[in-house]
Amino acid sequence: MYFNVFGQRVSRTKYREMAAAAKNRRELIAAQLSRRDLVKMGLLTGTGYLVSKGGLSARAKSPLPLDQLASPPVTPFIEPLHIIPVKEPVQVLQPAPSVAPLPHEGRTRPHQALNVFRPKKFYKVRQHVTPSRVHPELPEQVLWGFDGMTPGPTYVARYGEPILVRNFNELPPDNGGFGLNSVTTHLHNGHTPSESDGFPCDFFELGQFYDQHYPNVLAGILSTHPGTGDIRESLSTLWYHDHRVDFTSQNTYKGLLVFYLLFNEFDTANETTGFHLPSFPEFDVPMVFADKVFDEDGRLFFDLFNIDGILGDRFMVNGKIQPFFQVHPRRYRFRWLNVGPSRFQEFFLTDLGNSSAHNLYWQIANDGNLLPKPVQVESVRIGVAERMDVIIDFSQFAGKSIYLENRLKQLDGRGPVPAPDDILPAGAGNLVMRFDVMLPAVQDQSDDPARITKFYDLPDTAVEPAVVRTFRFDRLNGEWSINGTFMDCNRTRFRVKQNTAEHWVLGNFSGDWQHPIHIHLEEHQILTRNRMPPPTVEVSRKDVTRLRQNERVELFFRFRDFTGRYPLHCHNMIHEDHAMMLRWDIEPDGDTNISP
Amino acid sequence: MHTPNRRELLGASFVAPLLGAWTGTRMSRAADDGMEAARERVRKRFLPNVPLLTQDDKKVGFYDDLVKDKIVIINFTYTRCEGVCPGITSNLVRVQRLLGGRVGRDIFMYSITLKPEEDSPRALREYAKAHSVRPGWTFLTGNSDDIELLRRKLGFTNPNPELDKDKSQHIGNLRYGNEPLCLWAACPGLAHPEWIAESVSWVDRSRVKKN
Repeated sequence: MYFNVFGQRVSRTKYREMAAAAKNRRELIAAQLSRRDLVKMGLLTGTGYLVSKGGLSARAKSPLPLDQLASPPVTPFIEPLHIIPVKEPVQVLQPAPSVAPLPHEGRTRPHQALNVFRPKKFYKVRQHVTPSRVHPELPEQVLWGFDGMTPGPTYVARYGEPILVRNFNELPPDNGGFGLNSVTTHLHNGHTPSESDGFPCDFFELGQFYDQHYPNVLAGILSTHPGTGDIRESLSTLWYHDHRVDFTSQNTYKGLLVFYLLFNEFDTANETTGFHLPSFPEFDVPMVFADKVFDEDGRLFFDLFNIDGILGDRFMVNGKIQPFFQVHPRRYRFRWLNVGPSRFQEFFLTDLGNSSAHNLYWQIANDGNLLPKPVQVESVRIGVAERMDVIIDFSQFAGKSIYLENRLKQLDGRGPVPAPDDILPAGAGNLVMRFDVMLPAVQDQSDDPARITKFYDLPDTAVEPAVVRTFRFDRLNGEWSINGTFMDCNRTRFRVKQNTAEHWVLGNFSGDWQHPIHIHLEEHQILTRNRMPPPTVEVSRKDVTRLRQNERVELFFRFRDFTGRYPLHCHNMIHEDHAMMLRWDIEPDGDTNISP
Repeated sequence: MHTPNRRELLGASFVAPLLGAWTGTRMSRAADDGMEAARERVRKRFLPNVPLLTQDDKKVGFYDDLVKDKIVIINFTYTRCEGVCPGITSNLVRVQRLLGGRVGRDIFMYSITLKPEEDSPRALREYAKAHSVRPGWTFLTGNSDDIELLRRKLGFTNPNPELDKDKSQHIGNLRYGNEPLCLWAACPGLAHPEWIAESVSWVDRSRVKKN
């Protein structure tokens, strides 16, 4: 129980805010700032009220841990989870898509495979200002979204059904304080030709559009497994988001993101067929997690001058703060995506009425790749841009409320605190959403994950790589470097020979920071983490691999089917923008530069 | 003369038809109060008007005289820095050449000293001369507390307090921005000068390709 200075009972949240405010005041007094200083620093308003210091200018006096962020308090669990609608195709695009760029199109390179994988479906998507209500107690926000929504409507695609998306930039120059209306949209992590992949410098401007060709084919289709592609390279959960060089964090934080789901003859969306995974959309629910900051007026706030990593103190799911979700007492599949912009999360199921319980569930996919078979877990860690598909069986919680809790302790943009202090006790973390298992019992024809013995085999990694390349990630005077060199869209750091295999060794020399490293085009497998085999849930294909302090990971890749430029980068979006990234190309002939 | 407000209005009128559907539905209690209010919020939080002294002994206010209405490139350095600074300074010299006549007219470069006790205006003047710095790129010193406040507000800090105190570990990024349009980004000071110049051009929206 908590009490304020008047002896009145207050909630725990309120008490923590009061304690943080009191600590702020003590620090300011210790800093011996005069009233003039306080006004100059923007800490005192005209009427003399002390504004919350920590979150809005965390660097005002000393490098403060960012857990002193102070968005206005809001009542949690009063809004239902927003279920993101599915995007509908259009009958036809006028003018018709062509290999060469069209007038007013921002694309500069021809479609390399448009006539090989002719689109069967066409979509139009418009990026524009999107009024959005994130919580009833906060004013309406002016965000940026796709088709007037953020998250935008979900693409539902099928393998073997190529599509073309005509993507319009209608974003205004008036950015309300952050964001740049110059965009390039990346399908993370599609097996996509370079000119449609949303390369960071392929940005296009207001009034232009960009045709993106998504073949929806399995890797290997033009090489190792001609005609079909390798079924073991199936992806299920992808996302589609802005990737504009130097402004990705601002634009994505402002709302430019969408889910993209891929189904096939095994992952069918129908629980009576294929792998018998819970049916989409009723029992297969995408959820995107973000942690954000709001200013004293309740307006979404972005810390423009932060180069380390931004932590939010308001936890959002599908664009709303701490929602509740009413569920039936049966199995659900959730597709979890963390968009940060910087925070790592680890999700547990917390029963506040029985906090010592270890509530287990199943992880079935890593970065959108179904695992060799389901793995029973108590928690799932998820860094920025990783996706984790899970199955939760709510029948064990019938009639109760159960929380999705992030128990990973993180104090600033560098990363979670090192183990073993990194996991907080049940109830002491962030209660991100609440599941209310209150709906009536219904039929569940999905398979119990305990009885699923196999999804797909993993592609073999025993082949001799054409080259082993090493990448040293470092921070030189605050500048993110890879092998001592810095980002430049116009310089290709190395060339991969099309249709070969490589090993990439990633080494983290940056000191205190952890980095979720992402490579476009192909999924990789982790051969070793610090020369040891990876943990079970990482025996998988992935496209974002977390690099912890001083860690060395060795990755296996095949690079197939398409040519052109692609990036490698840290997906902590603040690092990405400052600019922990490099360009590599696939060409018919590659090089063997081992330290590019 | 550079008038960002006119350009901003021009941009706004260009998009007005596209925004028609949205502006029609006026939101009550919307957190939207226009570009001027957004600018003011950014100014209050990040751009204090601390007094500084240029290498020509001129007193200036950081916001009022150096940043307001301008496109800027800002870095922190000191004349006797032997680590990253020589590389960064020589990069910036080339960036100034690449940007040509725009520096001093639309784009303003500022290097602020981390050692004001050593770097008097005269020391900065000599340093600038030795590096063939041309007009439009100003070196700045001032009161230690003011510079420290600026350093923190602009994010040139290290979250590790020990490293943050060590000036040889100072942040070598370049902060670039378009103040009236609230466009702020940063790139490494040791990146290729052509890349730095190209990056800065992105916030000069008058140069954006349209077709």
